[in-house]
Amino acid sequence: MRFLDTFFDGAVMAKYLPDLLSAIVTTLWLSGLIVVGGLALGLALACLRTLGRWYLTMPIVVFADLGRALPPLVVILIFYFGLPGLGISLSGPLVLILVLGGVLAAFAEEIFWAGLTAVPKGQWEAGRATGLSFARTLFDIALPQAVRMGIPPLVNRALAITKMTALGSVIGVKEILAVSSSAQSFSGSATPLTMAALAYLAIFLPVVILSRGLEKRYSWAV
Amino acid sequence: MSAAPHAAPGTHRPNSRVHDRPMLEINKLEKQFGDVRVLTSIDLNVEAGELVFVIGPSGSGKSTMLRCCNRLEEPTSGSILLDGEHVTACHGRALDRMRLKIGMVFQGFHLYPHKSVLANVMLAQVKALKRDKAVAQARAMEMLDTVGLAHKADAMPGELSGGQQQRVAIARALALDPKVMLFDEPTSALDPELVGSVLKVMKQLREQGMTMVVVSHEMEFAREAADRVVFMDGGVVVESGPPEQIFGNPSSERLRAFLSRLRKGGE
Repeated sequence: MRFLDTFFDGAVMAKYLPDLLSAIVTTLWLSGLIVVGGLALGLALACLRTLGRWYLTMPIVVFADLGRALPPLVVILIFYFGLPGLGISLSGPLVLILVLGGVLAAFAEEIFWAGLTAVPKGQWEAGRATGLSFARTLFDIALPQAVRMGIPPLVNRALAITKMTALGSVIGVKEILAVSSSAQSFSGSATPLTMAALAYLAIFLPVVILSRGLEKRYSWAV
Repeated sequence: MSAAPHAAPGTHRPNSRVHDRPMLEINKLEKQFGDVRVLTSIDLNVEAGELVFVIGPSGSGKSTMLRCCNRLEEPTSGSILLDGEHVTACHGRALDRMRLKIGMVFQGFHLYPHKSVLANVMLAQVKALKRDKAVAQARAMEMLDTVGLAHKADAMPGELSGGQQQRVAIARALALDPKVMLFDEPTSALDPELVGSVLKVMKQLREQGMTMVVVSHEMEFAREAADRVVFMDGGVVVESGPPEQIFGNPSSERLRAFLSRLRKGGE
């Protein structure tokens, strides 16, 4: 009984459910923007890198290395508490989107790039030899194969980064963890944290299952 | 094969010898990779409808020469003309358009694994030649039929045998209506029992009057189907002539040595 009272207190649940639901909505749209923006930016950077121009490649590599090396929390704190000193004040959600989207882009760029370099040279030659331009060969031949190879690591990265929306709790973003931990303080019950865990499961479990389907769809006999 | 006259290859074939200039002209072609000179002043003319067969030890520059013809390798110097147009002088879009006229078949097939057989044959027709989709599909089916694989149109390349994949690759190149077809060791990656099906398609093409340059080790095929055999060694054309002369009466020591190594089985 003590276990149930601690983690599944019905009264506490009922009281904080509305707050938590709106926090779920916040987490969802933040995650959506971060994933879409991060993957799109990562893809664009990897494509630019194929041009093989040093003045494009160098900044891309620096960005990807920094994005992967720095702990996101550090960057979030710098953006949120440091930038106002320069007169740039960004809202909590915006900081979260920029930083986490950027970090995802850094990883995604490396994953797409690894995929592109793994596409056999003969594929490029077949495309160019049949009169396709560099861009056509990239988009119609190399990229689909690179993306397919990248799906499992990309899904992992996207999941890892969206779970980091919980870092928004340190800069006042009313996402799931922020709302549930303040509810925990007020109620003195661990139940809101249980609710947070269940909320995260409800969001991410379907995504994991969906990604399995995606991997299957993009596989082909070689 | 036998002493029977190789009755004037090229007769009874449409398209052959109707041009007053060679279909493909290679003039003083040189290619250097770093300090290594791979091709030294190659001169080679290929008449319309002619099948020129290129032989030589590995590392002799055969493939490099072929790949210079569609600029997959950039020649260091020299010029290449296709039907009177400079291949070596064009860049960007003009080069892409030029490549449409030069079909190439690779040793490793290089079909697009993520696209169906039909989509493989349609892609460049639609995206490079800007053909209407329906027209491209009809043309693709026609070409797949030519290589005997119309029934595999919906298959994925990974589901086909090597010989079938290579025939699809030939169809993919043919669908663009090239003026010349380059074959870079088209049967070298195939199991022996699958070689015949590819050679059969190539013979068929020859009969239809396609201009072809073939780099290959299939000497039987050269004897039967080649109008002219070119022997390369060390980046130069050492000797060229009709197959009966090259195989039956080689004049250079290097060619004799090459042929005897072949007969002993293995280079």
